[in-house]
Amino acid sequence: MAENVVFHFDIDGEDFSSAGGASVTVKKKLRQLGIDSEQIRRVAIAMYEGEINMVIHASGGTADVIVSDHEITIVLADHGPGIPDVSLAMQEGYSTARDHIRSLGFGAGMGLPNMKKYTDSMKIETELGRGTTITMTVNIT
Amino acid sequence: MKISDLSAFLELRVLSGDPCREYDGVYSGDFLSRAMSRVKADNLWITIMNNPNVIAVASLTDAAAVILAEGVTLLPDAQNAAGKKDVCVLTSPLSAYELCVRIHELQKSHAGV
Ligand SMILES: Nc1ncnc2c1ncn2[C@@H]1O[C@H](COP(=O)(O)OP(=O)(O)OP(=O)(O)O)[C@@H](O)[C@H]1O
Ligand SMILES: [Mg+2]
Repeated sequence: MAENVVFHFDIDGEDFSSAGGASVTVKKKLRQLGIDSEQIRRVAIAMYEGEINMVIHASGGTADVIVSDHEITIVLADHGPGIPDVSLAMQEGYSTARDHIRSLGFGAGMGLPNMKKYTDSMKIETELGRGTTITMTVNIT
Repeated sequence: MKISDLSAFLELRVLSGDPCREYDGVYSGDFLSRAMSRVKADNLWITIMNNPNVIAVASLTDAAAVILAEGVTLLPDAQNAAGKKDVCVLTSPLSAYELCVRIHELQKSHAGV
């Protein structure tokens, strides 16, 4: 690939039922670009979890995906409440999701751990009351 | 085996999509972020969750089909999403446990012949 391919999405924080749509679109695009299916799977998992977190915990945000010849970068940015204790939030099973969110199947506290597990790098920048930006990369081998 | 080969034994009814796809492996569970990492391509995913987010996860993981246990059917939004994303969804009156046991039995007898 000579030039980077870039995708941008605005993630609606009100709309629970179509949450995950950006990830579904990215998966399709990566397939068209001929990316390996295991790498697509990893991007899909990481981006879906991040997208859902922005909807549930931060009333929406933006998602940018940059495909270069050696890696896929996913940048998720929101203006939500921020994460007070990142190392706690990263623990499997930790969740602040309320009951009505849990009844939809969210709140296992596995989203952030999944994002870490399925990517090659993950950086969380967060400020209380200002928002959170998560940058993840998946290497293209 | 094809999903449709399971129909009679699992008392399945098709809610959406084409059950003629071959499946390979099963995951049972209701938390979406667990399913997201555990459901592999071509798996059957057994759950009682019936909202549109289930369809997004099934589509992203490339599940062969979602089987809704205990007679659960799709909510209208989810039914729409399943049609649009071409996700195969079936329902059965059996519990998740019974579904797993029966699928296992069928596979054993299938492997035996
Ligand atoms: N973008 C965000 N803004 C603010 N808080 C967040 C954000 N993402 C995650 N969190 C906090 O971190 C916690 C853990 O997130 P994680 O994704 O691991 O679990 P969850 O979203 O609660 O449940 P699951 O992802 O399993 O459905 C959340 O409950 C929430 O408190
Ligand atoms: Mg989450």
